Amino acid sequence: MSSSTLPIAKAITAGLRDAMRVDDKVLLMGEDIGVLGGVFRVTDGLHAEFGSQRVVDTPLAEAGIVGTSVGLAVRGYRPVVEIQFDGFVFPAFNQITTQVAKMHNRTHGAVHMPIVIRIPHGGGIGAIEHHSESPEALFAHTAGLRILAPSNAQDAYWMTRQAIECEDPVIMFEPKKRYWVKGDVDPDHRPELSPWEAAVVRPGTDATLLAWGPSMPLALESAEAAAADGIELEVIDARSLSPVDLPTIAASVKRTGRLLIVHEAPVVGGLGGEIAARISEECFYHLEAPVLRVGGYHLPYPPARMEHAYLPDLDRVLDGVDRLLEH
Amino acid sequence: MSVFRSTIPDVAAQEPLIQLLATDGTRSPHEELDAVLAGSGGDDDLQTPERLRGYYRDMVMIRAADLEATSLQRQGQLGLWASALGQEAAQIGAGHASREQDYLVPTYREHGIAWARGIEPWRLLESYRGVSHGGWDPNELRTHPYMIVLGSQAPHAVGYAMGLQRDGVVGTGDRETDTAVLALFGDGASSEGEVSESFTFSASFEAPVVFFTQNNQWAISVPTSVQSRVPLAQRSRGWGIPSVRVDGNDVLAVLAAVRDALDAARAGEGPRFIEAVTYRMAAHTTSDDASRYRPAVEEQEWAEKDPILRLRRHLEQLGEIDEAFVARCDEEAQDLAMQLHHHIHGMEDPDPVGMFTHAYAEPHPIVEAERAQYLEYIAQFEDDESTEQKGGRA
Repeated sequence: MSSSTLPIAKAITAGLRDAMRVDDKVLLMGEDIGVLGGVFRVTDGLHAEFGSQRVVDTPLAEAGIVGTSVGLAVRGYRPVVEIQFDGFVFPAFNQITTQVAKMHNRTHGAVHMPIVIRIPHGGGIGAIEHHSESPEALFAHTAGLRILAPSNAQDAYWMTRQAIECEDPVIMFEPKKRYWVKGDVDPDHRPELSPWEAAVVRPGTDATLLAWGPSMPLALESAEAAAADGIELEVIDARSLSPVDLPTIAASVKRTGRLLIVHEAPVVGGLGGEIAARISEECFYHLEAPVLRVGGYHLPYPPARMEHAYLPDLDRVLDGVDRLLEH
Repeated sequence: MSVFRSTIPDVAAQEPLIQLLATDGTRSPHEELDAVLAGSGGDDDLQTPERLRGYYRDMVMIRAADLEATSLQRQGQLGLWASALGQEAAQIGAGHASREQDYLVPTYREHGIAWARGIEPWRLLESYRGVSHGGWDPNELRTHPYMIVLGSQAPHAVGYAMGLQRDGVVGTGDRETDTAVLALFGDGASSEGEVSESFTFSASFEAPVVFFTQNNQWAISVPTSVQSRVPLAQRSRGWGIPSVRVDGNDVLAVLAAVRDALDAARAGEGPRFIEAVTYRMAAHTTSDDASRYRPAVEEQEWAEKDPILRLRRHLEQLGEIDEAFVARCDEEAQDLAMQLHHHIHGMEDPDPVGMFTHAYAEPHPIVEAERAQYLEYIAQFEDDESTEQKGGRA
């Protein structure tokens, strides 16, 4: 496949296909991922190409899906499992945190866990309960796991490839409301930027705006709007949520003196809090203002007709920017 | 009259218990299992006097190791010990039923399985002493790590079995090639959702896995009757997984049933489930006080069903055991206990910096930074020490 324009969902499909072609130990497992091609059609066409031994329609049992992937990994396979929606990962939470994350450590490195857990992530699609959540902090808190959060098609393709190649377990949070947003994908040239590094996607001088995955368009939109008021925001796409690329964020904050973190997850105990603490430690004498966060409230994700008030939006981000600049 | 039908009590009452050795050692015939023991699948005869004496020795050895480990815990050398006293026949029988190429997936009380697999008992103690969370390479010894979160290992077993299918080492007809997985868990773990999900996956994909439950009657203080309204052997049948209930204190019944099940799994006939009815003679762990919930009379009843004594009586009836052999086994067991003692006393605490080594397989900047931070923190005390030493010399 040469360079082309693809929606994020199809970029992931291409990443999966190419990974499966180069390594016959890669296999996919999940609910409805075979004949149907997944509820978001991310695995569309792969069952036809690779068959039911490599694209496995599983019973509806998340702990079983992740737990069997552990056994397959011990046997030398590289399972890529799909969790249908973010809120459905919790039945598998035990397997992910007590088994997937710890098997390498438990066996003193004798066993690797090259498992990828793909999770459609975030809200804003008018869905019913448990279909719009942002549980990244729960997994970022667990040593042994890595987390990637692509926000565009190029990252979606390459992060899929790189997550599968990684010898550690990787959770990939896919921005589900952006699945059909197109972007350029170059599958022939491996990016110079490591998947574990953050990207400065818009340079600026007055403050740093950090976001990831589904929040990236909002961050860029906010920077555009702020620029119209003469405020130059530097926008960073975190890309990797575990590990977070602190050096890149700190370097930016040292330039701008201010940091606003935007994410959909509840602010309480969220990943933004961890980054804020680290940056406060690292950049204490460079900060002109405390690190601020804009995110979800300390509530269960609300019913769809209220989610617009729950999710960060342009006004809430710009309000955050104003509060930053007041200092 | 209701349209609903229960398996209670009719079928439960009828659930048979397969036994080949009675408590007094008398051997009863069993058409199918006798064929398995005699080597119907092209195996050696599994019940030659020599082999029977081997099972006896193995059970004596692990009981001695187990008692010594309990002593070591009482002496403060182990943080905890989970005794398998009374379950020797279930574990030695199941362990010897597997072939070298099979993958065994234990819980944390499978010391007899480890022994049958050739894992030295002191390697089991590493995790109970607190120097490791594991102790062996699962692929090298074809034995999964001990598992603390009950039932978590059952889907691992099924996943490994699914890998065997994809590797083409199931149902080839070559007994050296065909491979299966033996998943072990207790009656308590069988209540966990992941065990049920494992039944689902193994049945759906006809995975070559044998589930082996040692029903030792108690899940810490909760009896099996609170875990299940039907005999555990019936549980898997709802998934279409054939099952059997065997006397878990009868090494031959266990050996034959597990061998039969593994043969079927290796041949590509899908999963099997075995409930081995046994008894945990000690407390749940050394932290537990079984006298608070368990009547002494029950322990006495089960002591009479002792698996080691039973095999010895059988060998006596066959005229295939003498005092010299028994004494030799006891002596070897005593030596093993001493070895365990010496290994523990010679076991040094690991260097804490090792904590940072295996959290990830690939370099991780935050772990690296924290390792450096730790080393720097430690180094300042080393500087202090060397300064003090210099001061002392001066």
